[in-house]
Amino acid sequence: LCHFPPNDSINPSQVLFFGFGWLFFMRRLFKDYEVRQYVVQVVFSVTFAFSCTMFELIIFEILGALSSSSRYFHWKLNLYVILLVLIFVVPFYIGYFVVSNIRLLQRQRLLFACMVWFTFMYFFWKLGDPFPILSPKHGILSIEQLISRVGVIGVTLMALLSGFGAVNCPYTYMSYFLRNVTDSDILALERRLLQTMDMIVSKKKRIAMTRRQMYQRGEDQNRQTGFWGMIKSVTSTQTGGENLSLIQQEVDGLEELSRQLFLETVLVQATKERIEYSKTFQGKYFNFLGYFFSIYCVWKTFMVKFWSQHISFILVGIIIVTSIRGLLITLTKFFYAISSSKSSNVIVLVLAQIMGMYFVSSVLLMRMSMPLEYRSIVTEVLGELQFNFYHRWFDVIFLVSALSSILFLYLAHKQAPEKHMAL
Amino acid sequence: MASLDRVKVLVLGDSGVGKSSLVHLLCQNQVLGNPSWTVGCSVDVRVQDYKEGTPDEKTYYIELWDVGGSIGNASSVKSTRAVFYNSVNGIILVHDLTNKKSSQNVYRWSLEALNKDSSPTGVIVSNGEYDREQFAENPVPLLLIGTKFDQIPENKRNEVLTRTAFLSEDFNAEEINLDCTNPRYLAAGTSNAVKLSRFFDKVRNPELYGIFLSLSLQVASFTDRKRFNFKSLHYD
Repeated sequence: LCHFPPNDSINPSQVLFFGFGWLFFMRRLFKDYEVRQYVVQVVFSVTFAFSCTMFELIIFEILGALSSSSRYFHWKLNLYVILLVLIFVVPFYIGYFVVSNIRLLQRQRLLFACMVWFTFMYFFWKLGDPFPILSPKHGILSIEQLISRVGVIGVTLMALLSGFGAVNCPYTYMSYFLRNVTDSDILALERRLLQTMDMIVSKKKRIAMTRRQMYQRGEDQNRQTGFWGMIKSVTSTQTGGENLSLIQQEVDGLEELSRQLFLETVLVQATKERIEYSKTFQGKYFNFLGYFFSIYCVWKTFMVKFWSQHISFILVGIIIVTSIRGLLITLTKFFYAISSSKSSNVIVLVLAQIMGMYFVSSVLLMRMSMPLEYRSIVTEVLGELQFNFYHRWFDVIFLVSALSSILFLYLAHKQAPEKHMAL
Repeated sequence: MASLDRVKVLVLGDSGVGKSSLVHLLCQNQVLGNPSWTVGCSVDVRVQDYKEGTPDEKTYYIELWDVGGSIGNASSVKSTRAVFYNSVNGIILVHDLTNKKSSQNVYRWSLEALNKDSSPTGVIVSNGEYDREQFAENPVPLLLIGTKFDQIPENKRNEVLTRTAFLSEDFNAEEINLDCTNPRYLAAGTSNAVKLSRFFDKVRNPELYGIFLSLSLQVASFTDRKRFNFKSLHYD
């Protein structure tokens, strides 16, 4: 069955996806960093390109574009490449860059990177034990072994994110939850912040002055000789030193306060901007979408199986686009929050790994949303996995994640007005 | 003989370039042992003697306000940071010599700080884009400091120094390239120490800076400056 298909619109689109991934990397993720290791950028773009191609193939499946043998060939090719990248390339490079950052191990980088990779493979393999994901007729070295494990990790991730998203989406967009923030609140906070900074400055000036006086007196003391001179020098530096440590403690406390005030001000500013945004036309539009999608998320939990081809195509398309967009936005925020110039390479590779596993599992789960006639290709390509297990696993983790998010947001929301009133 | 005047200097730059290490070096004359992320703004005080040994001897306390960039650049963070930009006497712009993007972002930082300056002689930049002429008339003295100088390999040094020279020309400011973990760079008598004390003199003494400005403008109008296309240094 390995013949080259006659008409091929997959390859240009793959190049397009690769270009998009490349641009996203350069313009968004690595906006403030210099790309020194181009392999990271290439790996990220390749992962993105092949993941998007998988979605494209699903669309083609539903639309009936290209010949079925051509689609089958591309599915298989795509799958092999993605698995190769997710299981061999990305984990190896993650290990390599982590090891490169540690000075002690830098000499034997390759050796340690291989060791890390073997450790990863061990745990990856062990993942198959507690889950009933394979039927006994699969051999040890079959592709199902790899996909099933990737599927477990990816599905867990998806369920966690979806559960949180389903709860967070209505919370964020509905005006009901927004606290009332006025300009005077912000001004009051800013005034407190500046007052705290001024206090820190005056105390640090005192410390500097005291140190200088101690230093000068110390020089004078050296000139004083004799028994009394010695006693004097001991007592005066002691009181000077005690004063200093007292003031220093006050400064430490004030600095901690200034940090908290700064973060509080940022939070209040962000809330005010969100309120203003919700009053604009764009804000109202997304508000409406928020209502719509929260209802959709609830509906999805009950798994309604009433689909026709057009609806399934549109909805699958929307799911794909919003998942990709949502994932990229979340990953970007995450990246900005935790990266530094040293760790940026590692973090991007970790994000590529998450993205790849996420997309592979989307395909797995999407199978259930597709009408029976389109499921066959997915079953054929991915082999006979226990798809039902994945759906049950998704539902369990989704519910756990959604309930935890509700609890978490409720606690956070409850604490906030009290803090607000204390100002 | 402590001075009563208040002298405030901002220290701005991307996250991770070494502002906290630099401020610690300038104020405590020591290397910072455990740098960590700066949340919000951290202030330190530098003691500077002026006209030592003369009857006019004065001790100045220069406040160095290190405004951290580590929380990100969301508009809520930017509006909060703007609180620290009031009544500023001088700005130190810090960039990482091993990271080109941080050098480009220095334009953005200077615009952010100068736009928010509420003093009556503050510069108003209308369209948010960098304009060299406005920097020439800017009343707030600037100083450019490049960090991690020791991490540049020998063969790349010239390229980096050329780049920073154009930066300092654009800002009409002096530049110092150093390594914050080595106090030797700012030891008394080095050209860096001289540049530093000249900068602090300008900060303390706005009339002196005004004279310097008008002189440099006259010189500039008579010389033919060969200019590298600085658009390539522009922030994206």
